Amino acid sequence: MTQLRQNIKVTVAIGDYRQDFPALQQDINGHPLVYLDSAASAQQPASVIDAVAQYQRTDHANVHRGVHTLSHRATDAYEQARDKLRAFINAASRTEIVLTSGTTESINLVAQSYCRPRIGSDDRVLITHLEHHSNIVPWQLVCEQTGAELLVAPMDSRGQLDLEKLYELMTDKVKILAIAHVSNALGTINPVQEIIARARALDIPVLVDGAQGVPHMAIDVQALDCDFYAFSGHKMFGPTGTGVLYARESLLDSMPPYKGGGDMILEVSFKGTTYNELPYKFEAGTPNISGVIGLGVAVDYLQSVGLANIAEYEQQLFAYMSKRLTDVDGIRLIGTAANQASVQSFMLGDIHPHDLGTILDHQGVAIRTGHHCAMPVMDYFGIPGTARASLALYNNVDDVDRLIDALEQARKLFA
Amino acid sequence: MNAQEMHTDSAGELRELYRELILDHARSPRHFGKLPHATHSAEGINPLCGDKLKLYLDVDDARNIRSACFEGSGCAISVASASLLTDTVIGLSEEEALAWFTAVTTRLTHSDPAEQISSLDIGKLKALEGVREFPSRVKCATLAWHALRSALQQRPTPVSTE
Repeated sequence: MTQLRQNIKVTVAIGDYRQDFPALQQDINGHPLVYLDSAASAQQPASVIDAVAQYQRTDHANVHRGVHTLSHRATDAYEQARDKLRAFINAASRTEIVLTSGTTESINLVAQSYCRPRIGSDDRVLITHLEHHSNIVPWQLVCEQTGAELLVAPMDSRGQLDLEKLYELMTDKVKILAIAHVSNALGTINPVQEIIARARALDIPVLVDGAQGVPHMAIDVQALDCDFYAFSGHKMFGPTGTGVLYARESLLDSMPPYKGGGDMILEVSFKGTTYNELPYKFEAGTPNISGVIGLGVAVDYLQSVGLANIAEYEQQLFAYMSKRLTDVDGIRLIGTAANQASVQSFMLGDIHPHDLGTILDHQGVAIRTGHHCAMPVMDYFGIPGTARASLALYNNVDDVDRLIDALEQARKLFA
Repeated sequence: MNAQEMHTDSAGELRELYRELILDHARSPRHFGKLPHATHSAEGINPLCGDKLKLYLDVDDARNIRSACFEGSGCAISVASASLLTDTVIGLSEEEALAWFTAVTTRLTHSDPAEQISSLDIGKLKALEGVREFPSRVKCATLAWHALRSALQQRPTPVSTE
């Protein structure tokens, strides 16, 4: 143990952020909670929880509607959150920040509103083998609706994209490339910057599924030069039911609304409707006001810690976890990309991941088990699912040690 | 209760779930494979953890189960339950097998005897009772049994626990 700690040192101290998260201050099955499932949903800091509660207590009203004080307060707080999100990903304009219910809705919006009117049976939609179902199924739907063909770029046994094959598939028939920034099941960080540059040279628009990207690294959509970037609030310490679609203004301008309803119109008559300006054209109905306000506070929180600090700390802790996992008898790591976020899938002997999840939970260790909404990835490796441990800024060396101890217990139970 | 006692209690519950009989059937499932002359079959899928199994039955003209087999993959609980199921239903009439379905599924979800709608003694299937303390695992234990009912009722689509 001591020797291992000497081999892999976690030298970056970003402060004890664990204490900011009320959910982490509890025992589960008689053990202090070790939460290693942030890739599924991250815990929320007290500042986010309090902001949501404060809004509900004193400021709640519908947004963009009333002239009374509470409506102003709600609207101001809601729109401030949009400004924070714009700055968070360095979008050029707040009109490019469409607030959605999450990554899934963001991708569906692009599939239906951008892609569907533009493609026909001669066209192709390009995705990759390591996508989450939410970056597969919306494209399958649009292909069914239009007769377009869905192409899938392959990956290798380490869970890395085969870039040569990906580039071969990028022909002038491809009308959109949709690709994960970071694989949720394997942790692979795709070289999106390089891929986008290649696609732009061929005039292929690119959607980046950033659900697993935003919690781990600073995102600059202008530097990336992507056309669409989709992400969720709850993976970045914000409330569930919140998310963002970043899209270039010129593209949003050219797209019809995704949903019809209140708030997305300027004028409605039975002869026709004039749509609201951007981004409201894409925000029909009363939104998740409290959630978005909470998400704005989550942005504040991430920026107070610093994305660069988070990235450096997570990478060191991840190196420690990888080393300790590798030393567990019978472990098989699934996903060993050269460039990997702090997410690790694995199998332990012939123990089914679901059994492993139950045994670890009984020792207070929360991991994700199953197919991670990435069944094609599981099929590739010929397994029904994996166990997955994911690290966030509130995890530490002790958490990793508790994971390893719990895995040893599981091994003994099934020996 | 101090931490040590809680720890022991927690380990005890785990042992209750993963009893030796369960681990034995999970490691070496009985009647595992395809049944060449199956008269009935049904698939069971648990999307939560990816348990997927197919149950085959050979039912004779007198509606007695001559043989039962299963194949597929799943967690220890679902495989052990399927294995124990095949051990149990071979030789039973359809009606008796359905009575076992009712007895086992209620037994695994209700601990109070007053709530048991069946008085059938489920014998070694009691080894699965540990799942009561693990609500997310009850579906694993009942999956094969739902497939059994589906096969006997010849439902055309795969059964799902969701």
